[in-house]
Amino acid sequence: MTRLEPLAIPAAALAAAMVVFGLFMAALGQNPLEVYALIYRGAFASAFSWQNTLARAAPLVLTALCVALPARVGLMVIGGEGALVLGGLTAAVVGHALAGAAPLTVQLAMALAAMVIGGAWIALAGALRQYRGVNETISSLLLTYIAIALFNHLVEGPLRDPASLNKPSTAPIGDASMLGRLPGLDVHWGLGLGIVFCALMYVLVQHTTYGFGMRIVGGNARAARLAGLPVGGLVLAACALGGAAAGLAGMVEVAAVHGSANASLIAGYGYGGILIAFIARQNPLAIVPVAVLVGGLAASGSMLQRRLDLPDATVLVLQGVAFMLILASEALYGRFKPFRPTSA
Amino acid sequence: MGALGWWGVPLAVLGGAIRVSTPFLFVSLGECITEKSGRINLGLEGILVMGAMTGYAVSYGTGNPWVAIGIGLMLFGTGVAFFLGKPYVHPKAPTLPSIPLGFWSDSPPIQAALQVNPLFVIGVGLALALTWAFRHTRWGLVIRMVGDSSDAARAMGHGVRSVRTLATGLGGLLAGVGGSFLSLYYPGSWSEGLSSGQGLMAVALVIFARWSPIQCFYAALLFGGAGALGPALQSVGVTGGYYLFNAAPYVVTLALMIATCSPRRTLTGAPGELSINR
Repeated sequence: MTRLEPLAIPAAALAAAMVVFGLFMAALGQNPLEVYALIYRGAFASAFSWQNTLARAAPLVLTALCVALPARVGLMVIGGEGALVLGGLTAAVVGHALAGAAPLTVQLAMALAAMVIGGAWIALAGALRQYRGVNETISSLLLTYIAIALFNHLVEGPLRDPASLNKPSTAPIGDASMLGRLPGLDVHWGLGLGIVFCALMYVLVQHTTYGFGMRIVGGNARAARLAGLPVGGLVLAACALGGAAAGLAGMVEVAAVHGSANASLIAGYGYGGILIAFIARQNPLAIVPVAVLVGGLAASGSMLQRRLDLPDATVLVLQGVAFMLILASEALYGRFKPFRPTSA
Repeated sequence: MGALGWWGVPLAVLGGAIRVSTPFLFVSLGECITEKSGRINLGLEGILVMGAMTGYAVSYGTGNPWVAIGIGLMLFGTGVAFFLGKPYVHPKAPTLPSIPLGFWSDSPPIQAALQVNPLFVIGVGLALALTWAFRHTRWGLVIRMVGDSSDAARAMGHGVRSVRTLATGLGGLLAGVGGSFLSLYYPGSWSEGLSSGQGLMAVALVIFARWSPIQCFYAALLFGGAGALGPALQSVGVTGGYYLFNAAPYVVTLALMIATCSPRRTLTGAPGELSINR
């Protein structure tokens, strides 16, 4: 029974959130059941909606890792959006420069470049925390705004493709270099990359000495230092890995969806990742299903807008309510008798 | 700006500093109260947006901006603000009147720069009042004690939780006023993305201001000036790097935090119970 606790409590919180949101909808004169039926239809009912859901989940899986990994060393990083944006821009530049080479080579180079830039960006926030004592939550958010400004400056200035008239973009990476679709599914490879990344990080964090070291640093940095662990290195590594995941998300968006870097890249995936990482309680394996759920919610937003004439921010309200209740439910752990370990 | 030429830049920065700094001032004063009690409230961004939306909606509905400020004191979240604010994205609501301090000059740019909004004046007064209150009133002392040592507060018979809840609520109230300024004075309309991280920057600002209300005022002016730099340069024809200049407040915040933080000592003036000083 104790193993069920981390499943039962978030599920109950989610149910409570649905009740609260249902009341909110009812207060606006909508039938809550109809709203939920539409959300289900928009997200999971058909092959098309599944495809839409999974395509949205792919970058979310990666940006959630950008929160979950630093959380393991006790850092609360919310700057995944910045790493995603800069990673995407780097990938677009590298992809254009290498256009004509073998597709796999181009894609690998794009992914590597995006991961290095994204990793460096978040590692910067980690280093500021470790060596200057700057609060990493605030610095990573400031870095995000700076990254978006850099991105806009470069995309509308030096790196702009003169052929992109209405929507400033970088030069396209070319159809040959675009990421293909997963075999048997109508979903691009980004989802596969995200799942593989999550699985690798799960093994790293839970089943290696290195990951054990990270968790000790997160639990008590002073104890870790006394035990002779390289605290600074572990903190930087966790941040760099998280940033690399977010950078890869940017590369996936460029190489599988947009074909070049433009303002569509700044779609709030970085912030969505924060929500997912917290609901998944910073567990890399739990991130995947939660990301699919949140991706489905986002996919159904336009359905609600069309059918019920509700603003597209409606799903943001549901997300916000769910997030608040799930965070509040953290206080409930260990309070229910059936979940207590039976002491012999 | 023609007659003033390059002199227009510092003037516009000054005017912008006064204009842009007002929401910072209110949010940071609110956060200052909250942090003095030993808690940090990162949710101010949502409160700012909510305040902006509510203020605008009420002003639009009743035609009276001052009533709007009163009701703008509500707090909730970003999503709700966007949700309810959708119908208000386009129309123009009556905005707050301003006090023309530039009456002594004949030059229109100087007059424009010195249009001081009433909330700025109230904010300055509030900063002074808070400084006094933290030192000389029973309530101020209780908040500081709770923030510095919850054990001591408990021994004195004060409810730590209730004081912190009240301080957070009061902080949220001021942030709501700051938000209503955004939609009612400058930029003066409701749009999504109106707050653009200002709520979180206020958290950084309070740290930079060392938890002192008066220094919050100076810091808010500095941030406002940095924010006004981009548009000011644009008005004299420097258009390259427009986005980079817009990022100036964020760069300034980050640079100041790097310069003033240290891993080895807790910051002077920091409340002892504040969780950012592990």
